Amino acid sequence: MAGNNPNSKPMNLTLKVWRQKNTNASGQLVTYNVKDISPEMSFLEMMDVLNEDLLRQGQDPIAFDHDCREGICGMCSLYINGRAHGPESGTTTCQLHMRKFSDGDTIVIEPWRANAFPIHKDLSVDRSALDRIQQAGGYVSVNTGGVPDANEIPIPKSIADKAFDAATCIQCGACVAACKNASAMLFLSAKVSQLALLPQGQVERKTRVENMLAQHDEEGFGSCTNIGSCAAECPVGISLENIAILNREYIVAKATSENV
Amino acid sequence: MILDSKIPDGPLAEKWEKHKFNVKLVNPANKRKYDIIIVGSGLAGASAAATLAELGYNVKVFSFHDSARRAHSIAAQGGINAAKNYQNDGDSVHRLFYDTIKGGDYRAREANVYRLAQVSVNIIDQCVAQGVPFAREYGGLLANRSFGGAQVSRTFYARGQTGQQLLLGAYSALNRQIAYGKVKMYPRTEMLDLVLVDGKARGIVTRNLITGHIESHSAHAVILATGGYGNVFYLSTNAMGSNTTAIWRAHKKGALFGNPCFTQIHPTCIPVSGDYQSKLTLMSESLRNDGRVWVPKAKGDKRPPQNIPEDERDYFLERKYPAFGNLVPRDVASRNAKQACDEGRGVGSTGLAVYLDFADAIKRDGLDKVSQKYGNLFDMYAKITGENPYESPMRIYPAVHYTMGGLWVDYNLMTSIPGLYAAGEANFSDHGANRLGASALMQGLADGYFVLPYTIGDYLANMPAAKVSVDHPAFKEAEGAVRADIQKLLSINGTKTVDDFHKELGHLMWDYCGMARNAEGLTYAKGKIRELREEYWKNVKLVGVNEEFNQTLEKAGRVADFLELGELMVTDALNRNESCGGHFREEYQTPENEALRDDENYTYVAAWEYTGSNSEPILHKEELQFENVKLTQRSYK
Repeated sequence: MAGNNPNSKPMNLTLKVWRQKNTNASGQLVTYNVKDISPEMSFLEMMDVLNEDLLRQGQDPIAFDHDCREGICGMCSLYINGRAHGPESGTTTCQLHMRKFSDGDTIVIEPWRANAFPIHKDLSVDRSALDRIQQAGGYVSVNTGGVPDANEIPIPKSIADKAFDAATCIQCGACVAACKNASAMLFLSAKVSQLALLPQGQVERKTRVENMLAQHDEEGFGSCTNIGSCAAECPVGISLENIAILNREYIVAKATSENV
Repeated sequence: MILDSKIPDGPLAEKWEKHKFNVKLVNPANKRKYDIIIVGSGLAGASAAATLAELGYNVKVFSFHDSARRAHSIAAQGGINAAKNYQNDGDSVHRLFYDTIKGGDYRAREANVYRLAQVSVNIIDQCVAQGVPFAREYGGLLANRSFGGAQVSRTFYARGQTGQQLLLGAYSALNRQIAYGKVKMYPRTEMLDLVLVDGKARGIVTRNLITGHIESHSAHAVILATGGYGNVFYLSTNAMGSNTTAIWRAHKKGALFGNPCFTQIHPTCIPVSGDYQSKLTLMSESLRNDGRVWVPKAKGDKRPPQNIPEDERDYFLERKYPAFGNLVPRDVASRNAKQACDEGRGVGSTGLAVYLDFADAIKRDGLDKVSQKYGNLFDMYAKITGENPYESPMRIYPAVHYTMGGLWVDYNLMTSIPGLYAAGEANFSDHGANRLGASALMQGLADGYFVLPYTIGDYLANMPAAKVSVDHPAFKEAEGAVRADIQKLLSINGTKTVDDFHKELGHLMWDYCGMARNAEGLTYAKGKIRELREEYWKNVKLVGVNEEFNQTLEKAGRVADFLELGELMVTDALNRNESCGGHFREEYQTPENEALRDDENYTYVAAWEYTGSNSEPILHKEELQFENVKLTQRSYK
């Protein structure tokens, strides 16, 4: 709240922002100075202020992705000072506030970097590869209608809670950006374990993991080497345990599947 | 024009069954000859797309987002209502129907609302079968919570992320159909016009947001599931991209707009903190299950909340509405918060906030239990405000959240343009003048999974399967108009930014067409909006070209539409000389400051016809018939 903290003074900051005209152009870091930034602003509101200034000067504003600004849609990205979604753990860029920075700071802002995420422009990247992995098997094959009463499928609370934890992935791609191999394994494992844990997911359990993993590799994401940067940077706390579940699911599927 | 709502005959409880039997069917082999365009991929759009593709139709889905799953349904927190009566607390289809009609202050259609309550039970079954991880009890069965405007526990939830989990369910069903090749998905593609051929909706014109490429798409029917228009207020709980463009451009092509002034102001949002504010964040209504709303009894009491003794606090909702207490409907809770602040008893540095206090709940249930229920909401509050709500009460204030108005549709969800349908928040149909909590998700999924798949077949069964080419002059003309508008916007090169205009419009709307409205203010706002719109087309500043990823250009087109819609909302609010639900005209209130309806003169849906950007719209009235409920003054005391 403005004026809530009487010690919160406006800040002046130096931004180094990745500018790139389009997918095929080469890009570079460009320096901007922003003044009188309130610590109560969100990071993206600070970017809005800069963009309004650029516009007034007749310059091209910086393209970046964002939508709900509540940390749930997964649209925002930004690699801030070498960290996916910036310095605050468990937080999306849109929920990061300027009170986490200090007057005089220099902030480096880059897009997600991965071969599977071509840059559209500036800080906006193409994450449709993640959708294609979902399309390869991230569902239970039920048509609308003709399903049993919801309470006919009792699920122990502990299992339901665990499945829920995996289901909270927002598909932002921070795990890919944080990984030195640009692997999307944490993202993929979250969907695989959610459905492997639930009774509804059993029928397609083996083909799902095989197909999703095959799509993952085809998209050009790297392999997982169990470093764990993905889970460390995940804004919604998807656990590394999901990758262990994924590996187990995959081995079992490969050993027993009819889908050779 | 005569508005035919096409409500089936017969007793309320049998209408939908009977209608389903009477609608014509398209045989399975013929379904593949029909193409359906769906704009929007939220709960209504994704569920309709998946279901129609399962039935065999060819579906094209358009979304301005980079992925279908980004649609703003994802942000819904609290839950979804369904008349399952799993709690054995007296719920039934009829009770859900009754609560929804009453909650909407008797300005919704009985038949639509009853159908909504009927299919609500199927929605939960469907979502569970898809693997949606709803909250469960230790015995493994589904858990429920209570919500505003109801005295039973019928709300199903997935922590504070119910919208996310339901959308991911619909998104997964959609993905399956994309993989099968029955749905073609067009992400980062925005609909900019509707195309009519021989008076029927036959396609759309779109812009690829990355390349700027303008393109036409033809189909046998078009469904708009593009959400609400709350961003006309600039600040709202909507996502930054939420807009009115698709439905507004359809309106300009002849689709009537129903009850545009019915806006929901949500009582529990994080207050505004400064001019740079880009959006407002909702704190789920479910918090009112355990949180107690209060302000100091004395005006201007600036002590920290912990230092204000119990007997100097006014728990105004519990005091005024002992039966429902903190769980009164949203419009009632919002107005009372505004009233407390208008009396000078607001809290925080701006005085535009009230407390939502969990101290008693924490004392009663323990920190762990409260954190289990609301942990993610408390975390979100702490991130945004830098304050810990476990230690001091939250500060909340009402904010624009949902628009009950939208394109007018008949019982089949068809607009006044044949072949054009509207679903979810984009239509006006089910919530009357006020939507109850946990009913938006219910309506979006009801429309998409269980209503449209039946009703659209009835239309297509009478339609030849021949396709219209996108080379048809109607498409070429629409493309030309879209290009001309874009070029016009890009060439103005004025001095004010799109956001400057949007903020000005937002202030006008909030001050004069917000929580409280009166004829004088509305008349003033109407003139101001016209001036602002005129200035916009002379003085807005854009940079760049069409043939690139140009986010300012995207926004400019949307704000141009908001500038027209805003005036229509004001016109509608001026026309409705009564108070009902979220529409509160200060001239019409009871001595206790409750909304005073005028059932004799205003028991109708106001459906507006577009006549040009600077001429008055034509009002069409759909009289509402109430045969199963008695219209009473809503009382939550």
